[in-house]
This record gives sequence, C-alpha cells and structure tokens, in this order.
Amino acid sequence: MFMYYIRLSLLSYRRNPVLSTLMVLAVAIGIGAYMVIFTLNYYVGGDPIPAKSDKLFHVQFDYGDPAVPNSTPPPQLTYIDATALLNLTTQHPRTATSKFSAIIEPEGNDIRPFAVDGRGNFADFFTMFDVPFQYGSGWDRSADDSNQQVIVLSQELNERLFGGGNSVGETILMHGYNFTVVGVLDRWVPIPKFYDLNNGSLNPGEEAYIPWNLIVAMELRRSGSTNCWKAPEGSGFQAFLNAECAWIQYWVQLDSTADQSAYRDLIDNYAAQQKQIGRMLFPLEKRLFDVNEWLLEQEAQPPETRMLAALAAMLLAVCLLNTVGLLLSKFLGKSAELGVRQALGAHKGSLFIQHVIEAGFIGAVGGILGVGVAYLGLQGMYLLLGDFLSTGWLRLDITVVAVTIGLAIASTIVAGLYPIWRACNINPAIHLKLQ
Amino acid sequence: MEVGPIFRALTRNKLGVVLIAVQIAFTMTVIVNAVFIINDRNGKMGRPSGMDEANTFYITSIGFGENFNEAVTAAEDLDMIRQLPGVLHASMTSALPVSGSGSSTGVTVVAGQRESSVPTAVYYVNENALSTMGLELIAGTDFTANDVLARDNSSNSLPNNIIISAALADVMFPELGTRAVGQTIYNASEQPLRIIGIVQQLQGPWPEWPFVEQAMLSPLHVIDGTSTYLVRAEPGQRDRLMVEVEEMLAASNGERILRGLSSMEDTREQSYRVDRAISKILYVVIATLVFITAMGIVGLAVFSINRRKKQIGTRRALGATQGEILRYFLLENLMITSCGVVLGAALTLGFNMFLVQSLDMPRLDWYYAPVGMLLLILVGQLAVIGPSQGAARIAPALATRSV
Repeated sequence: MFMYYIRLSLLSYRRNPVLSTLMVLAVAIGIGAYMVIFTLNYYVGGDPIPAKSDKLFHVQFDYGDPAVPNSTPPPQLTYIDATALLNLTTQHPRTATSKFSAIIEPEGNDIRPFAVDGRGNFADFFTMFDVPFQYGSGWDRSADDSNQQVIVLSQELNERLFGGGNSVGETILMHGYNFTVVGVLDRWVPIPKFYDLNNGSLNPGEEAYIPWNLIVAMELRRSGSTNCWKAPEGSGFQAFLNAECAWIQYWVQLDSTADQSAYRDLIDNYAAQQKQIGRMLFPLEKRLFDVNEWLLEQEAQPPETRMLAALAAMLLAVCLLNTVGLLLSKFLGKSAELGVRQALGAHKGSLFIQHVIEAGFIGAVGGILGVGVAYLGLQGMYLLLGDFLSTGWLRLDITVVAVTIGLAIASTIVAGLYPIWRACNINPAIHLKLQ
Repeated sequence: MEVGPIFRALTRNKLGVVLIAVQIAFTMTVIVNAVFIINDRNGKMGRPSGMDEANTFYITSIGFGENFNEAVTAAEDLDMIRQLPGVLHASMTSALPVSGSGSSTGVTVVAGQRESSVPTAVYYVNENALSTMGLELIAGTDFTANDVLARDNSSNSLPNNIIISAALADVMFPELGTRAVGQTIYNASEQPLRIIGIVQQLQGPWPEWPFVEQAMLSPLHVIDGTSTYLVRAEPGQRDRLMVEVEEMLAASNGERILRGLSSMEDTREQSYRVDRAISKILYVVIATLVFITAMGIVGLAVFSINRRKKQIGTRRALGATQGEILRYFLLENLMITSCGVVLGAALTLGFNMFLVQSLDMPRLDWYYAPVGMLLLILVGQLAVIGPSQGAARIAPALATRSV
C-alpha cells in the first residue's frame, strides 16, 4: 500500500510539474538555509565538552574598581590568587593556565627560527579537558612541582619540526632553554575554545604546552590578555606578579555536588578573607561557573549568530507558508479525482494517509535537495570566512544530514495538515455531478 | 470600482489570503531589517581610521639571541628602511588601528578621580609616527626625538608629552576642544601627561569598541625584544616595498625573526571579514526570499484563476473587457499585499527592537518601513501580472462549456 501511495505521489508530481517543483524548491531552499545557520550555531553555540561540562568549573573573583563607571569584573585571576587556589586544596584535578609566545630555534639550518603561540598549564589540564594524544601523553604532577622542562606539541607543530613522526623524547630549544617532548596532541579544536575565551572564542588552540610555573620562572613573554585595575607597586616582573593584574584562567574539576558545594564554600571564604584585607571590592554573586554557565556569562556565542538564526527561522517560515499554499492548490485541484475515489468507497482515513505520504514525498525530495543547498551554503561560508574558521570543523555530518531530511519531511507534513484535511472533507457529490 | 465584489470574493477564500499576507509580512520583515543591517555595517566599515591606509604596511621584528640589542637594531632597521627608494616615512608603533589588538587605559582630568575616568586607546610610538601614519595635526606640535623615552620592562615610567585625537579632547575638555593643547591629564597610575598636540582623527585598534575614536599617542619605546615597524610608501610603491623590506631585514640580522608582515588594507579586510560575510549572506537571503515569495504568489494566483475559469469566461461573455479582468486580479493582489505589508510593518519594527536589544544596533530610520512596503507591493504586482494576463485571455466561450 505504501509503495502504491508513493507511486500515486509520483503521478501527482508529474501532473502538476511546475507547482510541485516550486514546492520542492521552496522546501529545499528554506531547509537548506536553515541548516547552514543551524550547523553554524550547533558548532559555535554547542556544548564543547558534553561529557564533563557540568563537572568543570571556572573560578572568577570580585575584581575591578567599583568606582569606575560601567566596569565589569575581569574574567581571569591574578598571580596571587591563582597560586593561593593551587595550594588551597590539591584533592581535585585543577589547572591554572595562560598563554605565552616564544621562539623556537630548530637544530641545524634547515628551518629558520620561528615564533609559536604556547600555553602554560598544569598536568591535570590534559585529563580534565579530555585532550587527545597522538604520541606519548601529558606530564605528571611532579613535573609541575619541580619545573621540569617538558613540552607537549600540537599536531601541526610536530609536523613542522619532526615531519609528523613520533617525537617523544626529542629535545627542542625554545626561549633559550631545552625542552623534552613528552607528548604530541591529536587534532584538538574545541569550539568554542571554552578553556580560554579571552582572545576570540573561535581562535585555534596553542601549538605548544609547558608546565605553567615555567612562564614565571623563565619570564616568558605572556600573550593573551591582561587586565589591571591598580598600578603595580614598584616596578619589574615581581611587582607585576604581586599587582592587581588578572591574566590567568583557573579551572577545577568537581565530580560530585558535595565537592562542588564544599569548593564553593572554600573560595567564598577565601574571597571574604581577601575583602577584609582591602582586596576584592567588586561585589560578585557567583564565583564558580560550569562550562555552559561560563560560555553564557562570557557571551561566547557571537550575537550575530542569534540574528542569523532568527532570520533563518523566518526564511523557513516563509518557505513553509508557501508550501501550505501550494499544497492547498494542489490537493484542491484534484478534488474531482478525490470525489471519484471516495464514491468508489475509499475511506477518509486512507485518503488522509495517501496525502500525508504525498506531502512527505515532496518533503523528502525537498530535504535531499536541501542537503545540497546546505552543502553549497557551507562552502559559501568557507569562501566568505576563510581562515577565520579553524579548518574542518564546519561540515555536514550524518547528524546534520539526517536532521535536515527529517525536518524537511516533518515540516512539509505539518504544513500539509490543513490542505490534507480540506482534501479529505470535500463533498464527493458536487464533483461527481460536474463530471 | 470593483473593490466591494473583490473583497467579498476574498472572504470566501480566507486561508489563501492569510497565507500570502503572512508570507509577505515575513518577507518584508527580513528584507527591511537585512538591508538596514547591511547599511549599518557598510557605514561602520567605511569609517576612516585617520591613517593613510592605502600606502602603509607594517612588520614585527622579534629578537631572541643573547647578543640581540633591540634599541640599536631598531634604529638601524628604521634607517635602512628610510633609505629604500619609494619610502616616505618609517616609524615604530605598539599597535595599529583596525587591527583588533592593542592596549587601553583610563585617563582623568583630575588626578585619581577614577569615577570620571575616560577610556582611551594608547599607541606607543616614536617621533615620526604622525607623518608615517599620515595623521593630520590640527593643533599644537608634533613629537621630537627628545620626547621619546626608551626603557625596558623593569620600569613603569612614561614620557611627559602626549598627542591625542580630537574626539578624546572633546570628551575630556568639552569647552576647550582643540584648545586643550597644554592641558595635563592623568592615567590610572596618576602619572601626569601633558597634551602637546591634537590630531584630527585616530581610531583605537578595536572597530567594535564604543570609544573607538578616543586614542592617545605616547612617545615610548619599550625594550622588550619586540618592535613593530610601520612604513609609509609613495603611492603605488607599497607592494614592491613590502617584499623588499622583509628581505632586507631578514638578511640584516640573524638573531631575530620577522612576523606579521601586512598592509593596512589587508588588516582592514581581515578585521571586517565577518561583517562582509554577513552582508553577503544577507544579500543571498534577500534574493532567496523575494524569489520564493514571488513564486508563491504566482502559484496561488494560477491556482485561483484555474478555479475561476468559468466565472471569468462568464464575465467575459457578459461584456467585461480583457483590461477589466486584468485589473480585477491586480487589484485583488494589491488588497492582499496591502494587508501583508501592514502586518509586515509591525513585524519589522518588532524585529528591529530585538536587534536593538541583542545586537546594540541603532533604531530603524523612519523611511525604511514605507520603502519596504512599497517594494513588496511592487513585487506582488509584478508576480501576478503573468497569471492575470493568462486570465484575461480566457475565451468567453468557456462559459458555455462544462469544465
């Protein structure tokens, strides 16, 4: 029966080719455009680490100068507070982390010295954020404490320095110091870059990772952003470290709600103590944010995506309204045929199913074309945005394709409900008389 | 006229009317707001930075060797660059307009009065900055070599003299404006800074920054291993010089690397890439919507004409001219689209409110909605002309046949 109805749908399509093609096009364009935006938002606004996003917490303190109008507290931590938190409790995985840039001098004369964007972090960083490794692994906590000169390379940097081979155990001269390679990352591009939203939430990750303490010990050039709300007392690097300057991101993993509330108390107490000695004057209601709360707080999703989402929804609405109108025309146009079928004993129920299948058929064809439209749209996005997007993350995967076709079928059937109802409720007598 | 009969006929096919009207309303909402967004962004992209962007480029030198002496290297590099034929000026700067990275501070008229702090971008430059950037000095004097302070990171001291943008002068000294030369302002560390000159315009590095026109130049060279050279070329010489300067610097010193060679035009292109992309996406959306809506109108018109073939034939048989039939359908469409655009005007304003709130966009100018309404009515009329002409050609004899 299903196949019979499909055949009827095909026949019906051929009877009104222009009207039917219009409908298919409308569905394809509407769904395609919607899916382009959906894909964009799905990646940009999605949960970057779904398995752990409710267990990883970012710490923010009551920073800033309440006297300055319209100021908001900076999102990062000062050196004083980051080191205090590191020592406050060591029972949970935690990391202070920040960016640096340094120059690598490759051995031999084949490759000229070049600058890399690096990240200082603690051993737990790799396990907390489920960072994938191609070779080797991260370092262990003892390397953090003893300032071991170890380094983890990104896939690209390993490609550049060692041709992509297993470089674990090799030595790299960076910033005038020798570092031993302990691991090479696999492709790792969390979108958005939730662990450090300070320099663009879509920016690519760093190329080299070293124990964070070395940034201070070697006085590496800090990149990333720094917010100061009080001038350092005195001058030089030590004065900067002691100053009210925030430049460090701090993350902690808290697995149970008990741990979470205990940790919350811990940092609330710490903040209260600091307030007593005249620091942390900017009143803050919340100091611990899980990943999704943090993305929301930092407005990691560009506001443009919301505008485009609204526009795409309206585009889809127009296309579906169009489909309602065209289906209505189409179904009522064959009233006579329906009259005959009903007179010959067809159930209203079977007419209903027949037309649902016909609408679904149009939706399916539109959806398949819509995947093509979405593909073209995404290629267009690449052309337009180019290197602004890290390569390869904006793509049509099985989920998106399935959602596209499913949405096309479902929305066409929904759009068809009223026309179908009208078609099933015609009075056969009138149409039979006319014949 | 036939308005009465057309209206009564429409009430018998309410859904068809509502479908087209709502479709028109959505289409209008999207189109009007999209055009508004495009214009708004184009306006932003068109704002000049104050610099001679067409002829300038920059390159960063980062030293790493034990024997690298930044102060000496920078002086030598700039001398070499200036001697190249086609170079007008060369200087150092810590940041560049439109580039998206740089530093800012808060300045006050009264030392320590933080609640009246005015945000401003800061460019640390040397004495040739104004001529290299191509800034127009409208009051006071330019920096001299004596103004420039070179120091390393172990100190926080700042040079005494600064040059500010006219916009910053207006904000800090509303009564004085360009006569603010000679006044002293204070930074967040309460260090006094004396205004020796005012430039017509200089934007801060962040195009989206609400205070983008507020900028200050300070003659400071921080010796931290990194210097960025800005070069202004004679018209037409830029691209050749970009290659020559990079090759020359690379050959001259092995204890540093060069990074970030870029023209100002390219920097602008990169900074506004997202805006440009969004504009193009919106153009595609507009074209698609107009097409789909027009097709929808055609489809429904053809359908409703087919259903009324017999009536049309009858009217013709009773003496209606082809022009009258044509007019009937054009008028019918006009009535439907009019309902649509009225609804559309309301939706358009509503969506604009959403943009104002979520995107900090300005309010829609008054003429956008009426122009959009006229445009959509025109689209409706054009779409329905074809089917209506078909209707007008229906033969009166049809009235006598049964279907």
